[in-house]
Amino acid sequence: MQNLGIDVLFKGTNFLRLLQGLWVSVEISLISVAISIVLGLVVGALMTSENKLLKAILKIYLEIVRIMPQMVLLFLAYFGTTRVFGWNLTAEAAAIFVFCFWGTAEMGDLVRGSIKSIPVIQYESAAALGMNRWQTHFYIIMPQTLRRLIPLSINLITRMIKTTSLVMMIGMVEVLKVAQQIIEANRRTSPNAAFGVFGVVFLLYFIICWPISRFAAYLEKRWA
Amino acid sequence: MDELLKIKGLQKQYGNQVVLKDINLTVEKGEVVVVIGPSGCGKSTFLRCLNGLEEIQKGVVLVDGLPVESKKKEITKMRQKVGMVFQSYELFPHKTVLENIILAPMKVQKKKRDEATREAMELLERVGLTEKKDFYPRQLSGGQKQRVAIVRALCMHPEILLFDEVTAALDPEMVHEVLETMIALAKAGSTMVIVTHEMAFARAIADRIIFIDRGEIIEESRNPKEFFEHPKTERAKKFLKTFAYE
Repeated sequence: MQNLGIDVLFKGTNFLRLLQGLWVSVEISLISVAISIVLGLVVGALMTSENKLLKAILKIYLEIVRIMPQMVLLFLAYFGTTRVFGWNLTAEAAAIFVFCFWGTAEMGDLVRGSIKSIPVIQYESAAALGMNRWQTHFYIIMPQTLRRLIPLSINLITRMIKTTSLVMMIGMVEVLKVAQQIIEANRRTSPNAAFGVFGVVFLLYFIICWPISRFAAYLEKRWA
Repeated sequence: MDELLKIKGLQKQYGNQVVLKDINLTVEKGEVVVVIGPSGCGKSTFLRCLNGLEEIQKGVVLVDGLPVESKKKEITKMRQKVGMVFQSYELFPHKTVLENIILAPMKVQKKKRDEATREAMELLERVGLTEKKDFYPRQLSGGQKQRVAIVRALCMHPEILLFDEVTAALDPEMVHEVLETMIALAKAGSTMVIVTHEMAFARAIADRIIFIDRGEIIEESRNPKEFFEHPKTERAKKFLKTFAYE
């Protein structure tokens, strides 16, 4: 069998650099996910409002996010805004902005779906016990909504973590970019490095996303 | 006479469609009124008007002389006087049996947890479900869920209890245990308005029978036996015939 090319990772600080790259990915994901969850809860609640105009605007927002590839959004935010608006966003700011723009819409839609999935008669049953609107939402609807929401939003979180690999396209040195650099630099001495290094990157993503998705499965089972 | 519930000229519409027309009814304290009628006749809607789950277009519903108005702030106070049990139980799935029962007494009536719990346990004992207190609704049978729902309504100390086809979603062998519970309540002097399809039960429990068809009270009788054996109106005769096999 051919050499797998993992050895390059043990040269110099290569592995440490890879982990630093991973941290860049995780950092962007964490910040974006946190902001998206908070904004998504608000947007989702607004999506269930009776106001037609508000609903239409949010619907268009959601469709834009769904139709546009994230990469186009990234290019638009990073390269597009510089001259037109004179904004000088750092790559990191542009990335976080785009991921939040995306995550908020998707999260909002999950929140909307979860709220809508609570049967009307649960509201009525609470009302029949004399609860007011606030009590009904706080004690009856929200806890049930959150239970339905957590497994769904965890899937969104893992998707966001994976999609951070796109930020290297706007010049950020995250885990995938570091991997490329290592492979390029060692092209002559370890021509097989592409397999070993990308393989390790795969494992790193796996190590991060797998526990999260197991956690979601656990919650889904527990609250079914 | 102690008038607890008074309904005057009640009219309910969905758009232009009139579903309840000029309903007048007075229920006295301790009385058990059973409402029967064909499917879609408006009897469930009628019940839902009594605690303001449905808005009414004309007339008034008075409980203890105070109006039930679905849009007013006082509605939450009125609903504490009017307990309701639904066809599909509608327990809160994320809470245990005990939590289901004590939630409203604690949050709405601001009772202390141990006081509410004590009362809940007494009521659970009456329906034979004390050992299920820490179960979740999904772990109970339909009949057990419905008895918990009855206890949940009772724990608010309502003056009137509304039952909306509470046995319709149950397996036949579960129906009995729920009806027994209701008969025990009636014997204890509860004021009840019951919508049901169980004719034998209606006959056994009712002080008064109200027969509704196409949104109107067609026949009213204070003698259930008489009503079931010799209904006065043609429509009631026709309706009761659908339950008889020759």
